[in-house]
Amino acid sequence: MKAYYTYFKLKFITGLQYRSAAIAGISTQFFFGFVYIMVFYAFYESGSGSLPMEISALSTYLWLNQSLFALINQFYRDPELFDLIKTGNISYEISRPKNLYLMWYFKLLGQRLSNVVLRFFPIIIITSLLPKPLNFTLPVSPQAFILFLVALSIGTLLVVSLSVLYPIIALLTMNEKGIVNIFAVVADLLSGVVIPIPFFPPILKMISRVLPFQYISDLSFRIYVGDISIQNGIYGIFIQLIWLFITITIGYSIMRHNIKRVVVQGG
Amino acid sequence: MSFIEVRQISKTFKLAKKKSGLKEAIKSFFKREYIYVEAVKDISFSIEKGEIVGYIGPNGAGKSTTIKILSGILNPDKGKCIIDKMVPWEDRKRFVKKIGVVFGQRSQLWWDIPTEDTFLLLKDIYDIPEEEYQKTKEDLVEKLNLKDIINIPVRQLSLGQRMRCEIAASLLHNPEILFLDEPTIGLDAVSKQLVRDFIKRLNKEKQTTIILTSHDTSDLETLAKRIILIGKGQVLYDGSLKKLKNKYETERIVSIKTKEKLEIRNKGIKSKKKNGEGYDIVIDTKVITISELLNIISKKIVIEDIEIDNESLDNIIVKIYKDYKI
Repeated sequence: MKAYYTYFKLKFITGLQYRSAAIAGISTQFFFGFVYIMVFYAFYESGSGSLPMEISALSTYLWLNQSLFALINQFYRDPELFDLIKTGNISYEISRPKNLYLMWYFKLLGQRLSNVVLRFFPIIIITSLLPKPLNFTLPVSPQAFILFLVALSIGTLLVVSLSVLYPIIALLTMNEKGIVNIFAVVADLLSGVVIPIPFFPPILKMISRVLPFQYISDLSFRIYVGDISIQNGIYGIFIQLIWLFITITIGYSIMRHNIKRVVVQGG
Repeated sequence: MSFIEVRQISKTFKLAKKKSGLKEAIKSFFKREYIYVEAVKDISFSIEKGEIVGYIGPNGAGKSTTIKILSGILNPDKGKCIIDKMVPWEDRKRFVKKIGVVFGQRSQLWWDIPTEDTFLLLKDIYDIPEEEYQKTKEDLVEKLNLKDIINIPVRQLSLGQRMRCEIAASLLHNPEILFLDEPTIGLDAVSKQLVRDFIKRLNKEKQTTIILTSHDTSDLETLAKRIILIGKGQVLYDGSLKKLKNKYETERIVSIKTKEKLEIRNKGIKSKKKNGEGYDIVIDTKVITISELLNIISKKIVIEDIEIDNESLDNIIVKIYKDYKI
């Protein structure tokens, strides 16, 4: 277990080196955050029908979305693992006395966490100072905050268990781009990163309900702003855990069955 | 039973065949043709503990494939391979703890961080106890002269420095077998020497079994007493380097500088060619020795200068490859 933790730690430390990438990321997130909020604000101002969320709750939801974007988005791919596969350096990974799936899992987890810690705090601090109702606010209750932390942690594990499938696909097909791009777009859309799930039309809501993606971030954010009650939140976490178990099992077994078939090409 | 026992290993690769051009590309989209390449066929050999074996052959002969099979990262289609009572690709996790691998063309060090951080990772991957780790690390740092470079991010190291670090990284867990796949590729003379001396010492002090592939013949000359020659996926020669050399080192070129005309017709003289200032004479040393030749010539003409071309291992290997048509 210690080795996997070390993988995580190293990736985490390495990621922290890239300050300029973090600053660029922060500005992008601010930009997107403002665009989103302005668009929604225009909706609210024009008073078009009944809207599923209060504007202040929505603002907090969107700022959480932006500040944690590096942690929860499906589109992020760690180039290192793909390089390993394409250059053949994976030879070394296979010649280690550890489980390849878990090595990759913890690498990705470390990478995502290091990406997010540098971006999270500046965004949260600055957006708390914005004028109401566009600012970032405190959670509805301490209980909701604790539940939010639990749901977010499991959501993080879930998103990593999905994104570790990308290099596994690359391992099988050599070129992951097509499949992964489609997958990432659909997953991002259905996870509520683009539009919060309460704003979905009924049919999309139904689809997203039977898929794992809304359990990545939407569940925890809505617990935070009080859009999902404590009771429903606990129920949601239960389903989250089931999805986590399923996705890890899928990745783990694909890897186990295929690692023997991997052919490292070239001299 | 030997320490490493390889019996009739075969591996075939399936390659997609595609001619160049748009038309062919479209055609191959619907109907793909494959060719099957037997990278290794029926390879057998055995290696004892503590041996250094040079594994040679031209590009594409199957060297790397064999190394990959032996180190457990590739499954052969057929054949048996037992190393220290384990089958590499079946007992992978247990097996790889006992081996170290250096692929000269690849890297196991983390690009962005100093070598020592990768070492710490390896310490945990191989569950090396703290005390043993410190001891091995200090030993490697000293012998491979890493003191000044171990704390520099790997991306800033030169190739030679990086290779030394790579080798150290492969040895932190004190493996019993070390696979070196072209460890001196791209290194300068000094670094090569250092790496070679180190490998030699390692083998002597720890009885590490070493399997080495290289295109650098001086690597083989300094390190490997025994070589296995492989071509087109088959073992062509397995034995001492000396014997192989003797077999092929029968031809020598003697260059003679003279202003006079030389007429010579003896047994053992394969050819005589006029060059600018004299003659190049190729002889078969089994029939006529160099001193006999010089004796004969000096009786006929005045020799101003002579030069005897020492057959290099490189030339010998070229000849061997030609002989075996590989």
